[in-house]
Amino acid sequence: MLASTLEILNRELSKALYETALMMLISTLIGISVGLLMGLYLYLTSEEKFYKNTPINMVIGTIVNIVRSIPFIILVVFSLPLTFLITGTKIGPIAASVPLSICATVFFARIVEGAFKDVDKGVIEAAFAQGASNFLIIKNVLLVEAAPAIVRGITITFISLIGFSAMAGMVGGGGIGNLAIQYGYYRYETGVMLFTIIALVAIVQIAQLIGDFIAKKLTH
Amino acid sequence: MISFKNVSVVFNKDGKDFKAVDNVSLDIQKGQFYGIVGTSGAGKSTLVRTVNQLQKVSSGQVIVDGVDVTKLSNKELCDLRLHIGMIFQHFNLIKNASIYDNVAFALKASHTNKDIINQRVDELLSLVGLSDKKHMFPSDLSGGQKQRVAIARALANNPKILLCDEATSALDPETTKEIVLLLKEIKKKYPLTILFITHQMEVAKSLFDKIAVMSDGRLIESNDAYSIFAHPQHEKTKSLVKQALYLDIPKEVLFEKAKYLLITYKQECAYEGVIAYIAKNYKVEISILAGKIEYILQKPLGILAISLKGSDQDVAQALTYLESKAFIHEFSVGDLC
Repeated sequence: MLASTLEILNRELSKALYETALMMLISTLIGISVGLLMGLYLYLTSEEKFYKNTPINMVIGTIVNIVRSIPFIILVVFSLPLTFLITGTKIGPIAASVPLSICATVFFARIVEGAFKDVDKGVIEAAFAQGASNFLIIKNVLLVEAAPAIVRGITITFISLIGFSAMAGMVGGGGIGNLAIQYGYYRYETGVMLFTIIALVAIVQIAQLIGDFIAKKLTH
Repeated sequence: MISFKNVSVVFNKDGKDFKAVDNVSLDIQKGQFYGIVGTSGAGKSTLVRTVNQLQKVSSGQVIVDGVDVTKLSNKELCDLRLHIGMIFQHFNLIKNASIYDNVAFALKASHTNKDIINQRVDELLSLVGLSDKKHMFPSDLSGGQKQRVAIARALANNPKILLCDEATSALDPETTKEIVLLLKEIKKKYPLTILFITHQMEVAKSLFDKIAVMSDGRLIESNDAYSIFAHPQHEKTKSLVKQALYLDIPKEVLFEKAKYLLITYKQECAYEGVIAYIAKNYKVEISILAGKIEYILQKPLGILAISLKGSDQDVAQALTYLESKAFIHEFSVGDLC
């Protein structure tokens, strides 16, 4: 069994790792940047002191909720036309990055919104009392105070994405998750299954450690 | 410098209107150290927030340095706030930013030149005695030190007005004293007008030139600090003042059936004269239970707790005389609990 496991890993692992890395990189980057902006916008449009706009806030909030309530596997199928429009293909890691990015964005947006809402209202009031512009308050107060919570949110988003990327693998995305399903599950290669599980556990552990370390550095 | 003209602030709570500030008119002159006192929920904080428009008024005008601030645009408000420093009960420092960054934030708000910021932060931190804490974070500091940072930050842009919202209420009595001394010192160095909100009459006693008393959103009394303490007019003021001028009288001395009085002397009347006169000219037994002299703005205020014993008629006569010479409040054993 060990021989066949090693043979499969030797042949498939580097490709699978590359595909997973690619999916994670694209969807984490897009999810974090767009999600951060979306979360910030959700927060700003809900606060009297900034740009309260209930209708816009409700529209975006509802869209976020709808997307978040769709099971990921369905979201992948649902977004196929969009995926094809953007990437020109419906399979492979790049294609899988589209639903992954959408999922990461809405997930992270809510985390960011929550992180901003938890910032001490008194600190924000003091910043306004000093005559600072909204931009300066967002940059030097909101982001600084919410930074640890946002970093923890990035960790959570990243780890959820690892799970989702395995699912994306099932519908043609490739990656480590695909390896586990194709060989470990369909072909009863328990060795491959175990190896992928260990690899995923290791990635999650490392991500959590790094995330916790940075969040702690930013908290005073 | 600051005048409130018929200012009202109405909050809508669960469909019901609630008047946090009810038709308040008040003038604060340039250079004054003005205190607004009252129990919590009296509307003091809401009123002070209308000065820099952290709180919009429902009706009325707030004139700051000749400008009606209720009519300013957002941009103009930012400019106004640069010249009004504010400190808070809970300090409200940016927790994840260093002491340096906290003070520098105020300077960045006023678009101060980067080269000057560093030098100015050093100046401000040495003013409040925290030069060595520059690279620390708020969580490394004690409450009093945090408030010092907040003061440095509030003074960063050379404000004309300093608003203090319960600035010493979260501090222990020792630290409160330190902060009070620091504010007095700063007041000497800079031509500031200070508006200070507090429920601590102890602080009011040692800081303010003038005092306004608020209760249930209304301004019930305003006068110079000495008069507020020496002869408060309104019942609410009397009960606030009574706490501050508290005399420690053991309950055991109050077992007899007698009239117990707390007297504060009118300025021109000497101590012994009044007591001696009563003892000599009325058929009452007068005894002194406790006494002290408080200094309010360097002026002495004598407070004496006495008891009068005798026939109802004699006591009444003695009282009439006393009332002409001093301010009296009757008290009973219950008040001492």
